[in-house]
Amino acid sequence: MTSFRRVLSSQLRNVIRSRWMVGHALLLLAVTILLLRFGGSGERALLSLVNLVLLLVPLVSVVFGTLYVYNAREFIELLLAQPVGRGSVYLGLFGGLALPQTVALWIGVGGPLVLQTVAEPAVVRPLVMLLAVGTCLTLVFTAFALCVAVLVEERARGFGAALLVWLGCTVVYDGLILLLLTTFRDYPLETPVLILTFLNPVDLARVVLLLTFDVALLMGYTGSVFSDLFGGGLGIVIAFGTLLVCAAIPLAAGFRWFGRKDF
Amino acid sequence: MTAPPMAAGPVPASGAAEVRIEGLRKRYGRLEVLRGLDFTVGAGRVTAIVGPNAAGKSTLIKSIIGLVRIPTGQGRILLDGVPIDGGVRYRERIGYMPQAARFPDQLTAREVLALVRGLRPAGTPVDLELIERFDLEPMLDRPIRTLSGGTRQKLNAVVAFLFRPALVILDEPTAGLDPIASGIFKDKVLAAPRLGTTVLLTSHILSEIEELADDIVFLVDGRVIFQGSIPSLLERAQATRLEKAVATLMAGSR
Repeated sequence: MTSFRRVLSSQLRNVIRSRWMVGHALLLLAVTILLLRFGGSGERALLSLVNLVLLLVPLVSVVFGTLYVYNAREFIELLLAQPVGRGSVYLGLFGGLALPQTVALWIGVGGPLVLQTVAEPAVVRPLVMLLAVGTCLTLVFTAFALCVAVLVEERARGFGAALLVWLGCTVVYDGLILLLLTTFRDYPLETPVLILTFLNPVDLARVVLLLTFDVALLMGYTGSVFSDLFGGGLGIVIAFGTLLVCAAIPLAAGFRWFGRKDF
Repeated sequence: MTAPPMAAGPVPASGAAEVRIEGLRKRYGRLEVLRGLDFTVGAGRVTAIVGPNAAGKSTLIKSIIGLVRIPTGQGRILLDGVPIDGGVRYRERIGYMPQAARFPDQLTAREVLALVRGLRPAGTPVDLELIERFDLEPMLDRPIRTLSGGTRQKLNAVVAFLFRPALVILDEPTAGLDPIASGIFKDKVLAAPRLGTTVLLTSHILSEIEELADDIVFLVDGRVIFQGSIPSLLERAQATRLEKAVATLMAGSR
């Protein structure tokens, strides 16, 4: 535990001081302030921020995380040459990457909107949901990043694989679902679509956020099915539980590979 | 967060370690890198692992540190007679200087030293001689990204010797060091056995090996083709210089 804390603390210091992380926080902050300034109410700004959180947060997490681990390769070897278990190093890396990105999200998006809640108390719930979903996506895609960097030896290939993971979750998966829907439009597809949504963390996050913003009606009958499931507290718990499982699976897979890897 | 203070204090010798390699094999897919190595690195000796590229030198030293996993039944590595499989505690007795000195860019050198200290048991004495001799003190609070490659390599050497290890493993240690730093470093290596440290090093600079090493382990294609002292190697190859002896051995192994 002490070794884990030491590794985590050093990684936190290194990541927090990096220009990437500061730039990420400033970008989120600038976009949020601009949307609040020119986009009207806090709720409308939040709605606009949904896509930013759904697309940018996973992209930054997976790309930054993958490149960071490749750049830290020699230092990871030096750490593993010390009397410290591989688990401590792996989890220290994960925490050191995920925590600063979460803080950047909370400061960049949450900071300006917290001030807005004074004038618009109704913004509190969607804001909390947006930050919670953003945090889950950060965990999921940081876990993917570690997984890719551990599994793929070559940096360029790993970077490509990381981008494919992001592209797959944000664009390709939706395209396939759309193809499924149009191909089998004569059949009742609500249940299969619901299951497929649970299998992709970005889709699941999108549905949870859209329902939070009360725009489920835009999604027609499927929206109604989702609304029934996620409308209550249990549905939200299941959705967040699933998002955490989506983070745990690649994290555990990466942990296993990291433990067996030859450096 | 501040780094813990670095106090020199008395540095007792922990007792040089003997490393025994028994039937060590390692393959990456179809490529067999180590083909049943058997040799002993004597306690308190400076042993150089020599061989052409892809002979298995890095895999061998990484196996000793645990960076490369040796599957069950593929040989054993023993430190003072105790097999090292699986555990991490044995690394408390090992110092390692990798070939590439890359530390986290945003940390300071002092923070890196504090980190590796924090990973050792509390109260482990430290050896700060190289910090003094390399005149690193003024650089310790600067971020690593602002340090030159040579300074990073000096820090790499400091980390390897920081805990007066029973075994120190040095992978191409003088690459990147200027002649003065290289001289200081070589003094440290030569003094190490007297202070209770066994040295295992790899280098392609044969003059350096001649200067530092007592023994040589010659690897070609994952096999040991010679192990012994430098004089016995010269005698076997009927050569007066190590370079010539190594060339003769390599030619004989083909």
